[in-house]
Amino acid sequence: MSLLELQGIAKSFGAIQALQGVDLTVSAGEAVGLMGDNGAGKSTLMKIVAGNFPPTAGAIRIDGREVHFTKPIDARENGIEIVYQDLALCDNLTAAANVFLGRERKRRLGPLRYLDHKAMFRRAGELFTELKSETRPRDLVRQMSGGQRQAVAIARTRLSDPKLVLMDEPTAAISVRQVAEVLALIERLKETSHAVVLVSHRMPDVFAVCDRVAVLRRGRKVSDKAIGDTSPEEVTGLITGAIEQA
Amino acid sequence: MNDTGPKSHAEIDESVTQKQELSGLQAAIRTQPFWVLISIVAIGIVMSFVSDVFMTERNLFNITRNFAFFGIMALGMSAVICTAGIDLSVGSLMGLTGIVAGLVMQAGYGIGWGFLACMSAAALVGLVNGVLIAYLRMAPFVVTLGMLAMARSIAMVVSNNKMIYNFGPDQDLFEWIGGESVLGVPNPVWVLIILTCVFWWVWRFSTWGRWVIAIGGNAQAAKLSGIPVERIVVSVYVISSLCAGLAAFLMVGWFGSVTNALGLTYELNVIAASVIGGANLMGGVVYAVGAPIGAALMELIRNSLLLAGIDALWQQFFVGLFLILAVLLEQIRNRRRN
Ligand SMILES: Nc1ncnc2c1ncn2[C@@H]1O[C@H](COP(=O)(O)OP(=O)(O)OP(=O)(O)O)[C@@H](O)[C@H]1O
Ligand SMILES: [Mg+2]
Repeated sequence: MSLLELQGIAKSFGAIQALQGVDLTVSAGEAVGLMGDNGAGKSTLMKIVAGNFPPTAGAIRIDGREVHFTKPIDARENGIEIVYQDLALCDNLTAAANVFLGRERKRRLGPLRYLDHKAMFRRAGELFTELKSETRPRDLVRQMSGGQRQAVAIARTRLSDPKLVLMDEPTAAISVRQVAEVLALIERLKETSHAVVLVSHRMPDVFAVCDRVAVLRRGRKVSDKAIGDTSPEEVTGLITGAIEQA
Repeated sequence: MNDTGPKSHAEIDESVTQKQELSGLQAAIRTQPFWVLISIVAIGIVMSFVSDVFMTERNLFNITRNFAFFGIMALGMSAVICTAGIDLSVGSLMGLTGIVAGLVMQAGYGIGWGFLACMSAAALVGLVNGVLIAYLRMAPFVVTLGMLAMARSIAMVVSNNKMIYNFGPDQDLFEWIGGESVLGVPNPVWVLIILTCVFWWVWRFSTWGRWVIAIGGNAQAAKLSGIPVERIVVSVYVISSLCAGLAAFLMVGWFGSVTNALGLTYELNVIAASVIGGANLMGGVVYAVGAPIGAALMELIRNSLLLAGIDALWQQFFVGLFLILAVLLEQIRNRRRN
């Protein structure tokens, strides 16, 4: 039984048909690469799984059970974490505040509950160290480099112990060293039988860590193959449309 | 996304890493309330030479009491402005809640009921503002401008355009709360001090405060993090209204009478006090101490002009001038940061 099973997912925004009849399965301990040209519908698919908006048609099953997410926390409660392509950070808050946004750590003093800044700074610091990122928990996100921001967004997924991590271009703006760390993180997630969906335009990344690669073109899935059965050349052809289907 | 190459990012990371963390004082120096406080001290020093009356206990008592009402309302307004909203209805709401409190007590009910009626009316108006803004996604400016007109009109209708000066069985207590002092400090100032401490705690240590600031920074991201954005936005408008109601309750007690003109055009002063105190109309910035400091500066200007013998007609000019200077200062500091 697959951890995540998408069946006939379609999504339209008014007249725009962003997705049509997309099937996709992801098993525990598996990393699936999702590739496609700009506007192919990759982010839309990720957002549907993360509960941002419901699909126009189709079913989402988790561990064989059909789910209907109406808001992002629904997905989070079902063990799904996401790194958004635009990162979804609050510039005016610190790195640690962003990591813990919506699930702040609190302490109790009698009836009073208050934010445990110390614990949050410490934990955020640990997560950044784990990601080998030079991000300081007390810095405002506004003053951060692209790579540091990305580290903040990725660190958020590490707060809970999710079953499935969706990463929408997590390596788009980061240095070579940090790309290696993100890829190592994906490997670690796989070893601990987590599932990962990696959306990326970087062929080497996908071929380095993913077990399977699926290709979207204009909202339809045109290929879904084990890494060993395909090649970067074939995937490139599928993305551009030089190869119709595989 | 375009890939600008790994090297440049590594360099950026390096430069950012080398920046040192700020100490507490350094951090304070970077905030607007700090600089406004400096200018308050400066004006105070100048005034103590210009006028013998300025430093007298009586004058300082008056100054603090006068700005307490604006400070209380600016605390609530700062929360609204922090979500990138605005509440233009607070002045009219003072009129409405003051009349409601007056009518209830005039009818022979005790001060407890008067206070409850006053705050309930305020909460109701805040709720209407908040629901229209958060759930129907109407512009805060338009909604609260409409409420400015409606609340004032209702105040006129229910008061039948008459002054109320009979506050029933608890008249003495009511007038003591608003008009007298404890340990030489006017009661409204005590209220302001306590509320400022409460808000300081809220902004620093409460989840609600953290979420309000997050919404001001990036409402979309806050929503995606599972923050109940609509409910928080509603609560912010309710808080602003409650602050206005409380200020009205105190002010009516001090005056010993109320007409439906109470609080006319106060919204401008309250917004100015908030902005001078560091609230940013783009949202995401709030200081608890900013509200009383901003209100203090405005009252200080008024008092100084009076004592220096300058025509009172100049008063609004200087309030406006300081407002523009405050925003300009913020702009300059922002530009230097980037
Ligand atoms: N909220 C929305 N409203 C209207 N149209 C949308 C919305 N979100 C996405 N679309 C449209 O859906 C299509 C797919 O967009 P999507 O963001 O999923 O592409 P993508 O594959 O992630 O592309 P990229 O590689 O550029 O990130 C595009 O045509 C886009 O304009
Ligand atoms: Mg995308």
